[in-house]
Amino acid sequence: MPQENNKPSICKSSLEILDWAKKNGMETAFDRAQKVKPCPIGASGSCCKNCAMGPCRFNPKKPDEVKGVCGADIHTVAARNFARMVASGTAAHSDHGREVAKTFIAAARKEVPGYEIKDEAKLKQTAAFYNVKTEGRKKEEIAEELGVKCLAEFGQQDGILQMTKRAPAKRQELWKEKGVTPRGIDREVVEMMHRTHMGVDMDYKNIMQQATRCAMADGWGGSMIATELQDIMFGTPVPMRAKANLGVLKADQVNVIIHGHEPLLAEMIVRASKDPELVKLAKEKGARGINLSGMCCTGNEILLRHGVPIAGNFLQQELAILTGAVEAMIVDVQCVMQSLPSLAQCFHTKIITANPKAKMQGAQHIEFHEHDAVNITKKMLTVAIENYPKRGKVRIPKEEVDMIAGFSHESINYMLGGSFRGSYRPLNDNIINGRIRGVVGVVGCNNPRVQHDSGHVNLVKELIGNDILVVETGCAAIACAKDGLLIPEAASMAGKGLREVCETVGMPPVLHCGSCVDNSRILIACSEMVREGGLGTDISDLPVAGVAPEWMSEKAISIGQYFVASGALVAFGVTWPTLGSPELTKHLFEEHEKLYKGKWAFEPDAGKMAAMIIDHINKKREALGISKAQERKLFDMEARRSLEV
Amino acid sequence: MSKLIATRAIRGANKLVARAEKELDAALKTHCPDKKVEFPNTGYFLPISYGMLGMEITKVAQLKELLQEAKKLLHPVPDEKVWVPYLGHTLDCGMATLFADEIIEAIKYIDKPPYVVAENCPEDGNFWLGAADDIIMRKRGIEFVDGTAPGFAACVGSCPSTEVAVKIARELQEKNLYVFMSASSSASGGNGLKSMADQLREAKVQMGWETRLVPFGSDVTATIHALGFATRAALAFGGVKPGDFGRVLKYNKMRIFAFALAFGEVDDETHAQAAGAINYGFPAISERDIGQILPTGVCTYEHVVSPVKPEDMVQKAIEVRGLKIQIHKIPIPVSYGPAFEGERIRGEDTYAEMGGNKTPAFEFVTIKDPKEITDGKTEVIGPELADLKPGTQIPIGIVAEVAGREMQEDFEPVLERRLHNFINEAQGVFHMGQRDINWIRISKETKEKGFTLAHIGTIIHAQFHTEFGSIVDKVQVKIYTKEADVLKWRDVAKKAYHKRDERVGSMTDESTDTYYSCLLCQSFAPTHVCVVSPERTGLCGSYNWFTCKASFQINPRGPNQPVPKGDTIDAVKGQWKGVNDFIYQTSRKALSCMSAYSILSDPMTSCGCFECIAAVLPLANGVMTVNREFAGMTPSGMKFSTLAGTVGGGQQIPGFVGHSKRYVISKKFILAEGGLQRMVWMPKVLKEEIRELFNKRAEEIGVPKLLDMIADETVATTEEEVVAYLTKTGHPALTMPPLMG
Repeated sequence: MPQENNKPSICKSSLEILDWAKKNGMETAFDRAQKVKPCPIGASGSCCKNCAMGPCRFNPKKPDEVKGVCGADIHTVAARNFARMVASGTAAHSDHGREVAKTFIAAARKEVPGYEIKDEAKLKQTAAFYNVKTEGRKKEEIAEELGVKCLAEFGQQDGILQMTKRAPAKRQELWKEKGVTPRGIDREVVEMMHRTHMGVDMDYKNIMQQATRCAMADGWGGSMIATELQDIMFGTPVPMRAKANLGVLKADQVNVIIHGHEPLLAEMIVRASKDPELVKLAKEKGARGINLSGMCCTGNEILLRHGVPIAGNFLQQELAILTGAVEAMIVDVQCVMQSLPSLAQCFHTKIITANPKAKMQGAQHIEFHEHDAVNITKKMLTVAIENYPKRGKVRIPKEEVDMIAGFSHESINYMLGGSFRGSYRPLNDNIINGRIRGVVGVVGCNNPRVQHDSGHVNLVKELIGNDILVVETGCAAIACAKDGLLIPEAASMAGKGLREVCETVGMPPVLHCGSCVDNSRILIACSEMVREGGLGTDISDLPVAGVAPEWMSEKAISIGQYFVASGALVAFGVTWPTLGSPELTKHLFEEHEKLYKGKWAFEPDAGKMAAMIIDHINKKREALGISKAQERKLFDMEARRSLEV
Repeated sequence: MSKLIATRAIRGANKLVARAEKELDAALKTHCPDKKVEFPNTGYFLPISYGMLGMEITKVAQLKELLQEAKKLLHPVPDEKVWVPYLGHTLDCGMATLFADEIIEAIKYIDKPPYVVAENCPEDGNFWLGAADDIIMRKRGIEFVDGTAPGFAACVGSCPSTEVAVKIARELQEKNLYVFMSASSSASGGNGLKSMADQLREAKVQMGWETRLVPFGSDVTATIHALGFATRAALAFGGVKPGDFGRVLKYNKMRIFAFALAFGEVDDETHAQAAGAINYGFPAISERDIGQILPTGVCTYEHVVSPVKPEDMVQKAIEVRGLKIQIHKIPIPVSYGPAFEGERIRGEDTYAEMGGNKTPAFEFVTIKDPKEITDGKTEVIGPELADLKPGTQIPIGIVAEVAGREMQEDFEPVLERRLHNFINEAQGVFHMGQRDINWIRISKETKEKGFTLAHIGTIIHAQFHTEFGSIVDKVQVKIYTKEADVLKWRDVAKKAYHKRDERVGSMTDESTDTYYSCLLCQSFAPTHVCVVSPERTGLCGSYNWFTCKASFQINPRGPNQPVPKGDTIDAVKGQWKGVNDFIYQTSRKALSCMSAYSILSDPMTSCGCFECIAAVLPLANGVMTVNREFAGMTPSGMKFSTLAGTVGGGQQIPGFVGHSKRYVISKKFILAEGGLQRMVWMPKVLKEEIRELFNKRAEEIGVPKLLDMIADETVATTEEEVVAYLTKTGHPALTMPPLMG
């Protein structure tokens, strides 16, 4: 698909700020991406620096010409690099999940004021997966046992992760057969690191098997635990109206941006921002109030649960500072740029780090502890409020786009049938009858190596135009929100069939499902589609796919791998990190299909990617026997007797 | 377009809940909180709140709780721009509407309900029937089970004209659908509000459950009685537990093929009813353009279709609901179908009358050599209708001669038994009785339309071919109307009747190694299996061993399958290995064994169609039985309707069993517990109905005066009173071994 221009972004607000930055000599990731070219050896996975005999560089153009000092071939090296990305991504999501589980237990024990067990219905459902008895027990008792059992899965050595039982039976069998059912979350990461150490696992297929098991411990383990326990603690998202883009910053209010990934902190900030004393203080300082907004996935978390506006996605974190209107940016973990403190120095903006795992030179560190969350978050906001009078000239772009967010598995279920008839039946029926061609998850990051947001937006427009329902998480969702694709009126851009369904349900054609750990919601949704019936017996039978057109983080690789292992086609844009090894690439792009009935694909062009996805979905439809319009079945008494009630 | 429908439905729901609140507040001001609220004679409380929420509402104050539930489900109308998804909200508002309807309708019953408590509409004055009681619900429910009624059409508002209303009613009747009418709307061009039922009344169309044209109420809230009927069907026949809303609704989507037809202006409140009905999987078709919801999911196919021309609405609705109705057009000049079975023909409207103890009459089916039969030939031997003056009574003898390679003598009575339905289903033709006690009336209107006696032959020919096609190859009919002929042929028939009775009477369960199953009701009660043996007819009373055998012959893959008895496990309890194996498989592994002759150990399950329910009375050391028609209290402390709720739905409940009236006088009647001597209470009406046969059986067991020793409602409605009566009459049950070990 031709880019409309060679501008760095398709986001108007971002361009406006970037223009100002250029004129004023401020440097952002967009500039650094021009300055620092990607290393071609590293980009293709052809550099091994796992021991001091190297680093050994391979020539991606002549992959079999050279061996590493230890004798490792490029296939092993590329697999090790890929596997370590999976391990890192899994570690990131799972460490997040671990913190959530710990806080969850503390909340059940009432040790952490401000945290509570909010969604009792979901608590009971989740408890059932862990064989936690619910009848006649108080919610705190149930929650404590559930939390302890979840936390135990991080250190578990044998057995299986309980959440894997939510997958279709056939899929569970396949995992068992291929030996990729995760045993314990940390164990899989540790074993992955071990096996990619110098001189251990030197069969790229064997390395990939463990990488798969490791990724599974992310999607069906750490991430899913994070999502489910967060929902129980903070409430399961329901669709609500919100705003996106830098225009959510307010010229006359104390602007606080929360950036990072874990809602444990963000939730408490949301609470503190409503504290009357703090609001009073803000007014005393001359502001109209406290204006909280989010960025990246921690932003998505509070967007979905509270409708807190989202200021932007990954590549806008620096741009937000450049507006001059941000009193404080509070960051926790993941996807935070080290450039923030130095950029903030040019303004009054305070960068506050909160997590002991993630500090930065030049930032103010106010360490966050769950047991004293109320006071600490108040302290953070006080810093911001007191900073307000120091604010200089501001330049806030006017884009503030409407959106609907809050599509959890539970709210989709409700949305499709209400309290009494909620189910995925309408989704399945309309896939079967062809109004909806299929469902695609568009997820992942921003990457300044490609035009900001265009990969997401152009692909999504193409998909919905072809009657494909899009579900999104992470920065992809924010990109589409800013482009106005997350409002129900965007159904006018959808194909006729999808539009009809959107109009029936009153939903947008693109559903914002949350943060990147919330990709687990998509796994649940896929399992539920299978369970609802009519679309085969395994996730791999479904007309679905996952894509990350602007990926950059290792978490994306882990997510991709667990989706492939769950039976989906996963396509990535930008670049592909194994191209140095044709054999490994073939293994991922072709042989994985035989192993897991899912596979990887790489396509940097949004138009070609859309075509590839549509083709894949059409093939799945054909295999299901739903590619052609079916005659309406009319039921006589005998046919009725065969219907299950 | 969907948004418009959602907006109007949500607005309507909010209005109706507000109205319910207002009327409830008023009711609470004039009544004490404990004031009883109920729909007449039902064991299902207020059926929507009972089915959906498991609420057992009996007092007016409890309606407050229901109102709270309704309020919880309300939502504001969708925003003009950037709305949140509204389908779930709309369906919830639809359910809130049904709760509000139920509150409003329940309040109506407290004082002076605007309804006639009857099965059929009186010919003058008020004709609105309101909620159907359980007797009607069960009786009609059977028709939904066996397919005689494939579904119902909930018609709201008024048709463009009276003519259209009649035409649509007739069309629905011909398709065997029930027509439930409620709500009023302004008919196009007319003044004021009217309902379809008002229009039918204007056209003097006979309404009531018998003709399947059921006017519930003129208020939009009376639509609830259609959904109340559907909800009770799930509870009564589907074995669904009250409060298990998911299964109640899914049962309706899968088994009750109903839909709504909206005539005239569709206001907000009517939109709200449609939203409620969609929860049940019932789509709505509107004559006016109200927008459409075409994507499928909650309903089987489309949810709302409009605008549809009145003349196309029925056909469209059937297609949208996914209903397959096979209608075999019979070449007679009047409408034909089960909906016309219940028509009354008054004396002054009668053109000709036959039998009914006024003239000699009979009907008879007999096998002939195929060579003797010309298929499709009907001879009227004697005067035809045209030869008669209006209001004449004449003798009649109907002889249907059949031939077929698979035809057997055993099937003659099976075919003959159906003559009643077949003849009665013609519009303007009334038929009652059987054999030589039949009674036929033909209306003046029908005669004017060109109906002749020969058309009775046409009907028999067509229906025998349709329903018994695999055993019948040729049918010819002779209709005698001269008294001498009738008397002569009646003697021939009588001899045959006698011979048949002997054969059936002499059949015992021991004399055959094959019983027959009846799985017909699995369309309603998925785990229920009837096992029909010569001495135990189906609990509905409609299927005996011969009927099942014939039915199997006719349709070898149908609901009546041979069940090899296999080894006898217990001859007294009536347990056989082959039967147990069959039950295990066909109950979808819900049941592993069944005792055909016991009420206490593994009794036979019931679908919900039972003619009678027997229940153990421990104090009296015996059992009682109550027939469906008896609405009073029984010594078990439960009325028939409550008992039926306990026993139905394919469950084995020791101490209770559903059975046919005929089974009472069978030699195998609760043999395991000691047989007929255990019978200690029956309603008087049942006693009278089976008196002759009962006495014969009582003599066989050596207690000839047993029937009079048995208590009935005139002497006992509690167990204590039963015991007192038994003691007085010296009933044998009191001296039998203890029933409850």
